[in-house]
Amino acid sequence: MATVVLQGELARRYAGGQTTVTIEAADYRALIDALERRFPGLAAAVSVRTAVAIDGVIFQEPLLEPITQHSEVHFLPLIGGG
Amino acid sequence: MGNEKQTFIKNPTFKWVGTRPVRPDGMDKVTGRAAFGADYQLPGMLVGEVVRSPHAHARIKSIDVSAARALAGVHAVVTAEDFPDLPSEIAAGGEAPINFRDVSHNVIARHKALYEGHAVAAVAATTAAIAAHAVALIKVNYEVLPHVIDVREAMRDNAPLLHDDLFTTGIDPQPTTPSNIAGRTQFVLGDIAQGFAEADIIVEREYTTQPVHQGYIEPHACAAAMGADGMATIWTSSQGHFMVREFCAKLLKVEIGQIRVIPAEIGGGFGGKTTVYLEPLAMALARQSGRPVKMVMTRSEVFRASGPTSGTHVWVKLGAKRNGTLTAGEMILKYQAGAYPGSPAMLGGMTGFAPYDLKHAKAVCYDVVSNRPKCAAYRAPGAPMAAFGVESALDEIAQQLGLDPLELRAMNAAKAGTRALYGPKFLEIGYAETLAAAKAHPHYSAPLGPNQGRGIASGFWFNIGGQSSAAVHVNEDGTAEVVTGNPDIGGSRASMAMMAAEVLGIDLAKVKPIIGDTAQIAYSFLTGGSRVTFATGMAVVEAAQDTVRQLRERAAKLWKVEFAEVEWRDGMAYCTRTTEEPRAPLSMAAIAHSCAKTGGPISGTASINASGAGPGFGTHLCDVEVDPETGAVKILRYTAIQDVGRAIHPSYVEGQLQGGAVQGIGWALNEEYIYDQQGRLLNPGFLDYRMPVASDLPMIDTVLVEVPNPGHPFGVRGVGEVPIVPPLAAVANAVSRAIGIRMTDLPLSPPRILATIDRAKRST
Repeated sequence: MATVVLQGELARRYAGGQTTVTIEAADYRALIDALERRFPGLAAAVSVRTAVAIDGVIFQEPLLEPITQHSEVHFLPLIGGG
Repeated sequence: MGNEKQTFIKNPTFKWVGTRPVRPDGMDKVTGRAAFGADYQLPGMLVGEVVRSPHAHARIKSIDVSAARALAGVHAVVTAEDFPDLPSEIAAGGEAPINFRDVSHNVIARHKALYEGHAVAAVAATTAAIAAHAVALIKVNYEVLPHVIDVREAMRDNAPLLHDDLFTTGIDPQPTTPSNIAGRTQFVLGDIAQGFAEADIIVEREYTTQPVHQGYIEPHACAAAMGADGMATIWTSSQGHFMVREFCAKLLKVEIGQIRVIPAEIGGGFGGKTTVYLEPLAMALARQSGRPVKMVMTRSEVFRASGPTSGTHVWVKLGAKRNGTLTAGEMILKYQAGAYPGSPAMLGGMTGFAPYDLKHAKAVCYDVVSNRPKCAAYRAPGAPMAAFGVESALDEIAQQLGLDPLELRAMNAAKAGTRALYGPKFLEIGYAETLAAAKAHPHYSAPLGPNQGRGIASGFWFNIGGQSSAAVHVNEDGTAEVVTGNPDIGGSRASMAMMAAEVLGIDLAKVKPIIGDTAQIAYSFLTGGSRVTFATGMAVVEAAQDTVRQLRERAAKLWKVEFAEVEWRDGMAYCTRTTEEPRAPLSMAAIAHSCAKTGGPISGTASINASGAGPGFGTHLCDVEVDPETGAVKILRYTAIQDVGRAIHPSYVEGQLQGGAVQGIGWALNEEYIYDQQGRLLNPGFLDYRMPVASDLPMIDTVLVEVPNPGHPFGVRGVGEVPIVPPLAAVANAVSRAIGIRMTDLPLSPPRILATIDRAKRST
C-alpha cells in the first residue's frame, strides 16, 4: 500500500484531520481516484494548486506516474522559479 | 514522463559537455546586431504610451478619453472597458496557480488603481510626442483612498482594504470578512514543542527584507500587429513567448491559434519577465487602430509598474544542543504580494530549513496584499528572505556555542534520505560537498584585518522540469539546426548546441542553435526556474537521439543491412556485419546527401514533460570591511560554491553563480524602494535605486561542485536560482561579525549601520 501524506488544509478540510493515508494503486490516476472516493473534493483541490512528490521526485503533472507498494506521495504547492 | 527512456551516463568521456566554446549569439550581441524588444520597426508603426495612476490607492470614478481620441495623430485609446471582464478563477499556470482576472486588472486597472504607476489607459499615436500629449489629455476622475505599503501594517484589522472580495484562505472556518491577508499556509514536521524542549540553546529573532527589483538592463518592450485575417503577431522580449501567447489569448479572449509570438533577444529577466504588462495593451491598440504598435517602458515605469520581489518580515526560532546538533526550527513568514495575491511566502517556508536535517520544524506563511506593484518572480522566489533569517540565526548559534559555522552546518547537513519540512525525502544531493569545498578553499583560512568580518551562508532551491520541445534538422551537407522554444537568457543556445553535438558526435561548429517562435516549434514552458538546460536540454538529447536513430536507419538502407547492424560513433555510421566485404563508414554528411533516396529529409523531434530535476545547494563565503566612521561596507572577497550537477558550459554556470551573488549583495547592502507619505515611489531609477556595479565589487570566485543529477542524461541540475539564496545572510553575517552587532534588517546601508554602531556606543 502506498502512503499518502496530507498536510495543512488538505488534511483539515477534506480528510477530517487525517495526515497519513494508505492507498492501493498502480499509478497516480488510480491513487487520486481512490483518494477522491474516500475524501470527496480532494481531487479537485489538488488539481490546480499543487505539485506532487512521488518517492522524492517532484512532478507538476503526475497523472501517468507509476505508484508502488512502498511509494510515498506528498502534495506540495506548485514550484516555479525566476 | 519525458525522461523515462533516458539513462544517466555514469562514467562519461565527453567531447563537448564541460568545455567552454564561444557562445553562438555572442558576436551579434557585442556588435549590436541582435534585435531586442525595442528594436523592431514595421511600416506604419505607432507609438504606444500608458496612462498611469498617480495615486497609491484610488477608486476610478470615470475616464474621459474624448480629448485624446480627438487629437490628430492618435489612432487608438484603450481602457479596461476594451478588455473582457474575466471572472475570478484560479487556473493552473505552470509556475504557480494564476487568477487571470488579477493578471488582467494588473495590466489595466478596472474600478480601482491599487498602486502608483498602475496602468489605467493606453494610447497609440504616430509619434511619441503626440502619444505623450494624448496621455496628458486623458482625464481620470479618482477618489483617493487610504493606502498601505508595509506588510505588517497591511495585516492589521483596521488597515486600508485593497479588495473587498479577498478572504483569507488556509484558515478553518474561512473568515467571512475581507482582509489583506490572502492566504495562510503551514508546514509541520515532527513535534516542534518536543524539539525545543530538547534544545540547550535557542536563538529567536525577527528579520526584515525590502522589496527589490530584478533590475534587468532591458526595460519591457514589445510590438504588436494585426493581420487582415485577424491574426495577431507580437514581437517581445520575455522569458517565454508561449506564456505571452497564452496570457494575451486569455486576457483578450481570443483563440491561442490567433496569436503568433516571436521572441526577441532578452536583456535580462531573472523572473521579472514571466508575466505580461505591455503585450495585451499593444495587441488591443493594434486591433483598434489596424496598425502595428510598439510599446517600451521607461526605467521609471519599470520600477513603478513591474514586479519586484516581496518585502518580508520573518521570525525565526532555532534550537540546538551544546554540541551543535539542531533540535528544532520554526518560522513565521509574512510576505508582500503587492496589489494582488501571489507572494512566494510558501516557497520561503519550504526552503528556509531545507539544507538541514531537522526532525522537528514548522513554518507558517502569510501572503499579504498592499499598495505596491504586484510582485513577480525573482530568482529562487521567496527563498533568499527565509534563508536570511535561518542562516543568520545559525550564525548566532555558532557564535554562542563557539563552533565553526561551516562545521555547524556540516554536522546538521541534509543528505540523501533527509526528510524536508515540506514532506518528501531528498534523493542524491550535494550540500555536504559544498560545505567541504568551502572548508578547503583558501578563502576560508585567509586572515582578516581590523573592522573586517567573514560571513558564511547556504541556500537551497528545488529546480523544476516541465514541458519542452526540440527539433534537430539535418541539412543536406551534414550540418544541423537544433530548434528549441525557450528564450536564451543565460547562454542556453550554447548548451543546447553542445548537448546536440555530443549526442550526434559531430563538430559543435556544425550545429546551429535556433530559438523558434510559437509557430515554429511545439509548446515549451517559459525560461524560468532554472529549467532550460535541464528540461529543454533533455528534449534536445532525445531529439538528437531520434536523429541518430534515423541516420542509422538510412545507413542500413544504403548498405542493405539490418538496423541493428549499424553503430553510430563520432558522427559516423559503422556497419558491424563481418561476413561480407567491409563497408566504409558513412559520415552524417554522406547519409544526409543521399537522404532523398532513402526516404526524404532527416529530422529528429522530442516533446516531453521533464521530471527529475535535481535540487541545488550552495554555500557562500563573504569577507567585508566596515568603515566605522561612515558605515560603508566594502566587499573584500566573495566565493560562491554550488552543486551544479554537471556543468555543460562551465563559464555560463560560473556566470550564473556570479550574477546571483552580485544581485544578492545588492539586496543585502543597498537596494530598497523608498515611498513618500502618499505612497509614491521616490527612487524609480538606477541613480537612486542603488544596484551594485562592477567597480563596487571584487571578482566573484566560484567553485563548481559536481554531484550529477541521475534524472538527466548528462547529470544536469538547474543552477540559476540557488546563487541568490545565500548572499543576504552571508553579507549580513560578515557585517555582524565585523562590527560585533547582529544585523537583522536589510538593506545594510551606511546610514543604518552607522546608526547601529552609534546606538551601541551610546548604550555602553
